[in-house]
Order: sequence, then structure tokens, then C-alpha cells
Amino acid sequence: MNCNVCGTNEATIHLTEIVNEQMVEIHLCESCAQDKGTEFKAHFNVSDLLSGLTDLAAEVSGVVKTTTKCPNCGLSYEEFGRTGRLGCAECYEAFSKLLMPLIKRVQHATQHIGKRPSRLAPALRTGQDVRELENRLQKLIQQEEFEEAARLRDQIKQLEEKLKKGKRKSQ
Amino acid sequence: MNEWAGQFLKNPTEWLRGSGPDVDVVVSSRIRLARNLAGFPFVAKLTKEQEEDIIDLFEESVHEAPPLKNTFFIRYHDVTELDKQFLLERHLISREHATEQGEKAVAISPNEVVSLMILEEDHLRLQAFQSGFSITETWRIINEIINGLEKQLPFSFHTELGYLTACPTNVGTGLRASCMLHLPSLVLTKQVNKVLQALAKLNLATRGLYGEGSQAAGNFFQISNQATLGQNEEDIIAGLEKVIRQMVAHEKEARQYLLEKRKAKFDDQMWRALGTLKAARVISSGEAVQLLSLVRLGVDLGFVANLKYSELNSLFLLIQPAHLQKLYDRALGSSERDIRRADLIREKLKAVDLA
Repeated sequence: MNCNVCGTNEATIHLTEIVNEQMVEIHLCESCAQDKGTEFKAHFNVSDLLSGLTDLAAEVSGVVKTTTKCPNCGLSYEEFGRTGRLGCAECYEAFSKLLMPLIKRVQHATQHIGKRPSRLAPALRTGQDVRELENRLQKLIQQEEFEEAARLRDQIKQLEEKLKKGKRKSQ
Repeated sequence: MNEWAGQFLKNPTEWLRGSGPDVDVVVSSRIRLARNLAGFPFVAKLTKEQEEDIIDLFEESVHEAPPLKNTFFIRYHDVTELDKQFLLERHLISREHATEQGEKAVAISPNEVVSLMILEEDHLRLQAFQSGFSITETWRIINEIINGLEKQLPFSFHTELGYLTACPTNVGTGLRASCMLHLPSLVLTKQVNKVLQALAKLNLATRGLYGEGSQAAGNFFQISNQATLGQNEEDIIAGLEKVIRQMVAHEKEARQYLLEKRKAKFDDQMWRALGTLKAARVISSGEAVQLLSLVRLGVDLGFVANLKYSELNSLFLLIQPAHLQKLYDRALGSSERDIRRADLIREKLKAVDLA
């Protein structure tokens, strides 16, 4: 097989990048691989693949609002599409309509489960506890561990009631 | 030479230490966590003053966290390009961190188990390494450190999306767990592509020895989780561990197959590789890594005597361009490096017999 870049030398380096279950293969000869080393990285970095996805996200939501800007840092969605990087934490809220379909696509999930800051407000912690337990409940049901699942279900109910009470209090 | 470079040069870095569970297939385990400080914009929107403030904040916190007490704190405006290249070859920093504009710093524990890249794609990229298949132990180490840092620094957190990162591909846990595998037998028996395709279906990513786009080097493959959201840290790690365990079994089966069914051919390839390394007067790092990979397999299968794993591993590192220049303590052009590299390899393999 000949090199994809110069087309003359025998390709000895075979690159495979797997992103989102898509495999991209490039075949290079030794010298082109060295010359193009940095360029290739630029060609196949996540932001490029992401910017392909950001268009998709815009199509899916039916509105292409690439001029939308984050009120906090001034980053435009178009800029994010180009670099694959957000400007600040508030960007997640500012672009949430466009970002959430994208996140769902790359992460296959939209809810965090796992570590969180220890100083998080108690109400927020409980909300996350519930999600974590629900996640475990699903697994138990899949494994047909029904007794343990029932116990967990009751625990979730209790927590949810606690959450509701907490909300009423704070209102 | 800087104090830290002199010290690092004396030892193979943690991930090449060459001991630990299944180290004949799993070279090393690594976990990284991405975090951003609340109250600052992400890296792309920082002013120069903010960059310096963030570096100062991390420097203070690092020196106050007990497990990081003797950490080397290195600001990039104090070091040369060669220094950064040296750290990159040891995987203590990323290519992006070494090359991108702006103020940056890195903190590295003296045993090279932990490094904190400051102002990489996120404000903090914390990483921990262990030699061998020790991903759970790696998690224990990094978890303790992040807990310590979190007591002092407020990290950006969203109740639904978890830890917020500059790129949505890292949001949630911000955790990427990876194992570096040496799979020469799967490559020699041409099964490796099949295995990699299966990994892609499991939403795992594959990269080469030096990150994206370097798969060819020495039959080394880094396997890591792709998704960071929707699963807790322990589950992500357990999922990866399960897959790696299977890959170790596949590689070992392939080694057995080579020994039983293709011994003559494999024997020939391995001894020729060693012969070339012991005879070469000029050699590129690419060729050297490829040949060393075969010799490594020869050591695993008990063909090659008088060569310790730790020595072989340190060769993989010492023949890299920046390491050669640190070793000779001066700048070397590419063609001079190829000569020095061949000298070094012959010297290190002197005691190894070709029989």
C-alpha cells in the first residue's frame, strides 16, 4: 500500500483513531509521518470531530443559532464549534439547548453519577444520591436480584420524600 | 542541568518501572482527572494575570497537601523547549501542554507517580501512574490527592453535569483511565485489528505510545474509556479492567500460539532484531522501538537471558530525542542522535548474548 500523503513511498505507518465507534485509518510512509506528525494531530483532534457534531446538534434542534453568545465570557457558539472548547462554566447554561444533544451523543448520558465536592449543599447531594441509587437499582433488576432491588426502591422513596420536604422548606 | 531532570534521568519513570501484576502485557496503568477552578473562566478566556493567579493558587495548595509535599513545581517560563520535550517523553506532560501558548506549570512528585498539569485544556489535569496492571491502586492514589486538593480549592461543579470541563467530552467525572498494553503477538498474528474494532464497539478509545496518531510505535497500545458522564468512577474503572483482563488473555494465547506453531519464524524475527540492535551504528528511534519491542517479547518468553526488564524499559525511554540530549548534556542534531542512540543501545546490550 502506498502512502496517503506522497502517494509514492510504501506506507509503513498505519494510524487508527477510534472516536464514537467510527474508525479512521491513515497510511503513511516514514518520512511523511515525521513531516506531517503535528499536522495530523491537528487534523484528527477531538475539536474537529466535535465541530462536525456541533453542526449536527444545531440541525437536530432545528435552529441554527451560531451567533448566540455566552453572557458571562462572550464566547459565541460558532467559536466553540471551531475550537471544541467552551469559555467558562456558564457556557453550559448559555448554550444548553445546543449542547445537550451534543453531550447526549458523545457521552450516551446526560446525568452525572459519581464524585462531587464535599462542600456541596445538602439538597443537591440528596438529588444525586437518588440518581446513584436509581442507577444501582437498574443494575440489580438486570441481574434479577429482586430482594435487594426492593430494599433499594424503598430507600429511594424515602430520599425523594426528604427532597420534596426540603424544597418546600426553602420556598 | 535542573535538579529534577538529573534525578529523573537516574531512574526509569514509574510507568516503565517494569514490575506489578501482568506487567509482561500491561506496561502501566494511568488515570487522569480534569478540573476547573470555580470563579475563573476556562483556559481559552483567561487573562495573563488570571493565568498567573491560577498557577500561584495551585502552587500554594500543592505544598499544603501532604502527599504532594516534596513535589517539584516547574513553571514553563523557567525551562527550555528541551526540558518540556524531556517531560513529554516521560508522559509527565501532554503534547498540548508542552506546545500551546500562555503561562503554564507542572507539579511532579519525585517518584513520578503523580503529575499536575496546570493550565492544560482545563485548569488542572491531574494524573497518576502505576507500573503494571494496577488501575484500582492508581484510582486509590489519585482519589486521595484530589480529595486533598478539593479541601483547599473550589472546583466548578454542576448538579446535573458534574465537574465542568472546557470540552464536553470530559464533563461529569472528568476521568480518563487507561492501560498501556504491549501486544506484539496479536500484531504478529494479525489479530490486533479485530480486537481494536471490538473495543470501539465498547466505546473504548485506542491510541499509540505517544498519544493520538502514534499507534505504530513498538506494538504499544493505550486503551481508555471514552465516556466520562453517566457512570461513577469505580464503574468506569471496573469496566475498563474487565476488558483489559480479556485482552491480556488474548495476547497470552497468541504468545502460546507463536511458540507452538510458528516457533522457527518467531525465533528468527526475534534474534534478528537483537542482532540488529547489537550491531547498528546508526538507528532512528522508530526503528529502535520496533526492534526493542520484539526483544521485549523474547524476554517475556524466556529466550533472552541477561537482560532485566527494568533495563530494557529504560532503553525505550533513553533512546528518545530529548533523553539522549539530556544524557549527553548538549544539543544533538537528528543525524548525530541516530549515531549516539546506536552507541547507547550497543553499550546497554553488551552483556546480552546472541545465542
